Amino acid sequence: MTLLEVEDLWVKFPTRQGIFEAVRGVSFSLGKERLGIVGESGSGKSMTGRAILRLIRKPGIVEAGHITLEGTDLMQLSEKEMRKVRGQRISMVMQDPKFSLNPVMTIGAQMMEAYLLHKNTSKTQARAKSLEMLKAVSISDPERVMRAYPHEMSGGMGQRIMIAMMLIPDPQILIADEPTSALDVSVQRQVLDIMDRLVTERGMGLIFISHDLNLVAEFCDRVLIMYAGRVVEVCDADRLHEAKHPYTQGLLNSLPRIEDPRKHLVALKRDDAWAEAPSVSGVKADA
Amino acid sequence: MADAPVTTERRSTAPLFSWAKPIVFTLGSVAVTMLGLLFVTFIIGRVMPIDPVLAVLGERASQEAYDATYKAMGLDQPLLVQFFYYLTDVLRGDFGMSILNARPVSEDIARVFPATLELATIGIIIGVVLGVPLGVVAAVKRGSWIDQIARVVALVGYSMPIFWLGLMGLLVFYGILGWVGGPGRLDIFYEDIVPARTGMILVDSAIAGDWSVFRNAFSHIVLPASLLGYYSLAYISRMTRSFMLEQLSAEYVTTARVKGMSEWAVIWVHVFKNIRVQLITVIALSYANLLEGSVLTEIIFSWPGIGSYITTSLLSADMNAVLGGTVVVGLVFIVLNVFSDLLYRVFDPRSK
Ligand SMILES: Nc1ncnc2c1ncn2[C@@H]1O[C@H](COP(=O)(O)OP(=O)(O)OP(=O)(O)O)[C@@H](O)[C@H]1O
Ligand SMILES: [Mg+2]
Repeated sequence: MTLLEVEDLWVKFPTRQGIFEAVRGVSFSLGKERLGIVGESGSGKSMTGRAILRLIRKPGIVEAGHITLEGTDLMQLSEKEMRKVRGQRISMVMQDPKFSLNPVMTIGAQMMEAYLLHKNTSKTQARAKSLEMLKAVSISDPERVMRAYPHEMSGGMGQRIMIAMMLIPDPQILIADEPTSALDVSVQRQVLDIMDRLVTERGMGLIFISHDLNLVAEFCDRVLIMYAGRVVEVCDADRLHEAKHPYTQGLLNSLPRIEDPRKHLVALKRDDAWAEAPSVSGVKADA
Repeated sequence: MADAPVTTERRSTAPLFSWAKPIVFTLGSVAVTMLGLLFVTFIIGRVMPIDPVLAVLGERASQEAYDATYKAMGLDQPLLVQFFYYLTDVLRGDFGMSILNARPVSEDIARVFPATLELATIGIIIGVVLGVPLGVVAAVKRGSWIDQIARVVALVGYSMPIFWLGLMGLLVFYGILGWVGGPGRLDIFYEDIVPARTGMILVDSAIAGDWSVFRNAFSHIVLPASLLGYYSLAYISRMTRSFMLEQLSAEYVTTARVKGMSEWAVIWVHVFKNIRVQLITVIALSYANLLEGSVLTEIIFSWPGIGSYITTSLLSADMNAVLGGTVVVGLVFIVLNVFSDLLYRVFDPRSK
């Protein structure tokens, strides 16, 4: 079942040198699955994620054939209606918990706020829900964490808090924009596993943005490979090694592998034609 | 394994007297700063090419009288002892006698400082109430017409000489339109009606319940206070704008938007909380500047405040008065600094 369908998405920024196109005609669909978006830095992954939430700030421009969330075209919604979508139906976890939590508000206040914005309930209820959610991300002393400020948390804690906070109103889709890049390798796994469990338990759709092809291959069901604002290849994660596009192959070859050790990693050679070729559609026919 | 509860956070140390240390530290630094200030004013008093004895006795004093006074003033003592005397005097609120009117300087200051305090307080209120929202809106609507207006307002504030605006204001609103009272704190007819309790006429007349005096005082203060308010508004709005711009690009702002908050809630609930600390420092600084007594404003509006007091004393070489006034102004700075420091501790959890 398709939750979200994006057709022909463009994100443009007027600059002094003319219009810069960060995302150029991207199309894909998302069901109750884990969709990976991979690409090098600047390929437009984050802008794609933010454009779905309509969070591209002026003077940036978003254009799309449609961005349909269960039958509603988000592009047609007013800003006020869009606010009901944000958080409640589509949510997002960002890269670095150090910066994505408000430094002068307690974690409790920020969590309860996320809940109270969408649910018409009491503070007591919001508090209980926040505590429950913190427990769900394996935080053992939620009472203390609620009273704490973000700077008192480690990175791994911070990111689990972010996940708890963003899932508290029970959204249908979570966009995770490099949720573990800022974390130690040792806690990356924990955070990913927690996120994975919650997403699966709740039957959510996940858009997982990363530049780490290995991670995405392992963690996702389907992968979009982005290059210079376009999708150059779409494939199932378990068949990534069959990828045909030279860029994808290049990405795969530039990764160190234990089973196939080599002296030098191959540097990626680019071809201007990649950027010019039309975007590959990531829309999956409804099963 | 992944879901194993993790308690790696260090427990924040909260011993019984965690609040005592900053207080002791603050008081200590206040004392040291105060001492430094008094030392400086003391030294200035000594190196000025004004003979303190002659200043008291007049030019034609006899040699005996001169010697006697010299001794009586403790000037034959070593410098350190003299400083000690000066210190104890000042701590008792004794700044010596004014040469000009042969009254204790402390009495003069008690009279002129409230006049400045009253003016500066209304000025800063105007500056904050208008300047902060203007700066916030200018930042949020960056590049819009409102931002342009804010820019012009600030530019005029930075570049227009205050005496010119003051004189123009008097000419238009007092001279031509007659909407406000003229120079001075009250019309002659209203003087000395309400007893001076605080020295601030608005407050005193309100306490006495004499609203006609209050109205008259208000009509006199409104123009100079607006003028000062305008100048602090120019500064405060610019600073607010740049603090806001800095915060608006922060990632937590995106988080708040992702949650589905309205833009104004994002700004006032999330962003504004993050600029409070910097804003307090800026406001305290502007307030201190106004409390120093804006000499030009006080002169144009014949406002008997501390700025014009220090200036006239300086011009007539009345050193005790100058030093007394300087100490008071310095004290104001110290107090405001401590105050903004304390608020900083309250508002920024990272400072603990
Ligand atoms: N406000 C802006 N004005 C102009 N260009 C912008 C703006 N914001 C982003 N871009 C450009 O859009 C392009 C895509 O950015 P995006 O953040 O989506 O990249 P990304 O794939 O997420 O990269 P990374 O892995 O580094 O996060 C980048 O080249 C960036 O320079
Ligand atoms: Mg990115």
